[in-house]
Amino acid sequence: MTTTENVVLDVDGLRMRYGTTDVLHDVTFQVRQGELVALLGPNGAGKTTAIEILEGFRMRSAGGVEVLGVDPAHGTEQWRARVGVVLQSWRDHGKWRVRELLAHLGSCYAGYSTESITRPWDADELVAAVGLTAQADKRIMTLSGGQRRRLDVAVGIVGRPEVLFLDEPTAGFDPQARHEFHDLVRSLVRQGATTILLTTHDLHEAEKLADRIMILDGGRIVADGTAGELAERIAGEDEVRWMRDGQRYTRSTTDSTKLAFELFTRYGQSISGLEIRRSSLEDTYLSLVREAEEAHR
Amino acid sequence: MNPTTTALRAGWSRGAIELRQSLTNTGDLFNHFFWPVLMLATLFFMRDVSFGQSGLLLGTFVLPSILGMNASMAMIMMSQLLTADREDGTLLRAKAIPNGMLTYLTGRIISVSGGLLVDLAIFLVPALFIISGLAVGSPGSWLTLLWVLALGLAATLPLGAVLGSLFTSSRGQGLLTLPILGMIAISGIFYPITSLPDWLQVVAQVFPIYWLGLGMRSALLPDGAMSVEIGDSWRHLETVGVLGAWAVLGLVVAPIILRRMARREAGSKLAERREKALQRVG
Repeated sequence: MTTTENVVLDVDGLRMRYGTTDVLHDVTFQVRQGELVALLGPNGAGKTTAIEILEGFRMRSAGGVEVLGVDPAHGTEQWRARVGVVLQSWRDHGKWRVRELLAHLGSCYAGYSTESITRPWDADELVAAVGLTAQADKRIMTLSGGQRRRLDVAVGIVGRPEVLFLDEPTAGFDPQARHEFHDLVRSLVRQGATTILLTTHDLHEAEKLADRIMILDGGRIVADGTAGELAERIAGEDEVRWMRDGQRYTRSTTDSTKLAFELFTRYGQSISGLEIRRSSLEDTYLSLVREAEEAHR
Repeated sequence: MNPTTTALRAGWSRGAIELRQSLTNTGDLFNHFFWPVLMLATLFFMRDVSFGQSGLLLGTFVLPSILGMNASMAMIMMSQLLTADREDGTLLRAKAIPNGMLTYLTGRIISVSGGLLVDLAIFLVPALFIISGLAVGSPGSWLTLLWVLALGLAATLPLGAVLGSLFTSSRGQGLLTLPILGMIAISGIFYPITSLPDWLQVVAQVFPIYWLGLGMRSALLPDGAMSVEIGDSWRHLETVGVLGAWAVLGLVVAPIILRRMARREAGSKLAERREKALQRVG
């Protein structure tokens, strides 16, 4: 690493063991300021354990973890004020009204402002930012699932966190709610200083939202990069089809561009119906997970 | 502003909001009225029954005793609310917020004490019209009532928080009911403790319920009523001693137990409990 100045999350050799089972083996990664990173993996991969350790809600067995330069196991209240956590909600604060709860929770952040960040976020502005203005004075128990989730995000960001953790934020959403939620998260990142780490088992969500995807499987990070980089890493999977002299050909190759060039150089105009199917991220994901599982079992 | 002050202030307003919520919804209001009204009915039928040679009416004796018993129920309320708040994720949310646990606890202390005062008033005000022979004319009576109540809350609320931390489910809370009823039975609430066997009297005097009842009687009964008490005395010194000891114990133990509980709280734990609870419902 050339500079560690703007590293927000620094995880080095993280291990977690329950009894005799290792849930996380030697997890190492860094996330820089302003990045939106998805921790992707199948159920039971250790995503929640990892994010709970970063949130300071769970003690780790070994390894180094720093969030905003602080070990979350010993995070002070000052540190807590800089970290936002979006929990999986259930039914807490059901009798409270939306604006009332945000104003109350916000008041806990008063006194934690810095020169560049004013805390908390004004309740009315925040209600508008998450699109709940029409529900501002409703009891929380009357909100729909999607509205409730927006409120959870609002609670997570009411202190204008420098880093935000979202654990399976869209689990159980219908497509409409999911779409709205993605817009909300993207607008947060656009606004600036927030770094986001989210866990998901939904590949398309990771692809749509994240600048960078880390695939966690069997307690290990098996891949780390942008969606494009991940697709490239599993080379040789592009499928090229073409027609020549009325005959149909199909071939898989690591370098489809080169193959196409060669075809045209050799056969010129007799090539027709050229089709290149890039390996999708889904193929990449599945083969990565398969590889990882074969290697460790 | 210093962070602790911020947290205490937020906790105060949290308590006020929760108290208002519990006084403005039907379900909670029913709970506020249910026991006091039941006790008033009991009192109504007892009002003319006399006992012993003291000339004291049973109703007169029982009124302050019930007041003391109800005050000690703040412990149960605290414990149930804490368990419920853990089950539904309120505590975890508090944990994710700077000084959130302090804010949460302050809020709960305010809302439980406030709710208790409301419950006591719902019982006491009508009861004063039903029952005669009370010494309610002097300000001294009310002063005694206040300090006994304050000390009683200091003794029972932290204990309630400890119990609430120990039980992980609302169902577990149900286990508390029986021992509490037993304790009420031996604490001289509905009949003078001096008519119980000596060893039971000793057991009862370990727990706060007896002392809260005694303290309330000392506040609201004429001094002649002392004759049915242990040692023919209101024993204020002992009341302060025992309730004070429980308060100190609670205040020492509660933060340790609460911190341990809070440390273990995490999203995955909550999810597990949600699964369990949904199975129970569905």
